[in-house]
Amino acid sequence: MKPVNITEVQTVLEQYMNKTVYVHLETTNGAYASHVNQNAYNVGAFIRNAEVKFTNAKIVGSNGTYRVGLKLEMGWIYAEGITDWTITDDDQLLLAGHDREGRLMVALQVSNHPFRY
Amino acid sequence: MILMEKHVVVIYPHPDDESFGAAGSVTQFRNKGIPVTYLCGTLGEMGRNMGNPTIANRETLPKIRKQELLAACNVLDMEVEMLGYHDKTLEFEDRNTVALHIKEYLDKIEPSLVITFYPDYAVHPDHNALGAAAIEAVGMMDIEKRPVLWAQAITHDFHEVLGKPDIINDVSAEMDKKLEAILCHKSQVQGLLSQFMQPGMEQDVLKQEVAKRFSLEQFYIWKFDE
Ligand SMILES: [Zn+2]
Repeated sequence: MKPVNITEVQTVLEQYMNKTVYVHLETTNGAYASHVNQNAYNVGAFIRNAEVKFTNAKIVGSNGTYRVGLKLEMGWIYAEGITDWTITDDDQLLLAGHDREGRLMVALQVSNHPFRY
Repeated sequence: MILMEKHVVVIYPHPDDESFGAAGSVTQFRNKGIPVTYLCGTLGEMGRNMGNPTIANRETLPKIRKQELLAACNVLDMEVEMLGYHDKTLEFEDRNTVALHIKEYLDKIEPSLVITFYPDYAVHPDHNALGAAAIEAVGMMDIEKRPVLWAQAITHDFHEVLGKPDIINDVSAEMDKKLEAILCHKSQVQGLLSQFMQPGMEQDVLKQEVAKRFSLEQFYIWKFDE
């Protein structure tokens, strides 16, 4: 993946507007957080292949870290802490936020066809 | 410590569990010509380590970890079967269905020893869930065919709660192989070893650090009631 280029990502996001798409949304601090540090909490959530349609899409932020909001007919999809992006050979948009050690903290991915499951 | 076995089956959920958890014991078995088969539950597709610098993303990670798993099993000279579950979801699968799935392999392989995680003392929910399913699978087998089961606990408190492990296997002599297997998991190793691995650290310093933490492979012999 490469550091987010806000203009390029915005253009790609708009290509997914107003049609049925599949979303992978995830945040994690790892399954070992409270094993490594007793005072830490294990938190995480993911949804894979949510079938949605969004009418607006925007990426906002600065200094290498970004937020993305996708407006649905009946709600929102939101991700914070996005640092990197890529498009796969399958034409899937992958957005992710990594920490200093390269560990994934958040991911938001959009595709015209379902992600592998 | 390692006795003669007919066939050993190792059951863990993630590519790399085998290398950190049992690579030394596996090496000892293989040195005696004992066949070893690894049943690997998932491809670790939800891992958050992507390499440092990152070499993987959420979608390429399973393919990369599969290759790493095959490389490690090649180093350890053991067979591997991938069970095809999804990382982080094992505890939500039907326990009995997973146990029956595992039992199919055990019925075919007819091992004399099975190694897995000790449920509730294995930190990661996948470790606990697959350990429990493996124990259920072995428990379903006829007593005459039932292999011995070694359960591995890794919580900080396992020693206090469960007492002294039945098997305390010092694998210092197998540390070169164990380290070689661990290092096959390139996408994971930096993140997992980062607590004591500095960039550019000499290989033998790293080896000493890994040896300090992973030279004892300890197991409890599972007691089935009846
Ligand atoms: Zn694991």
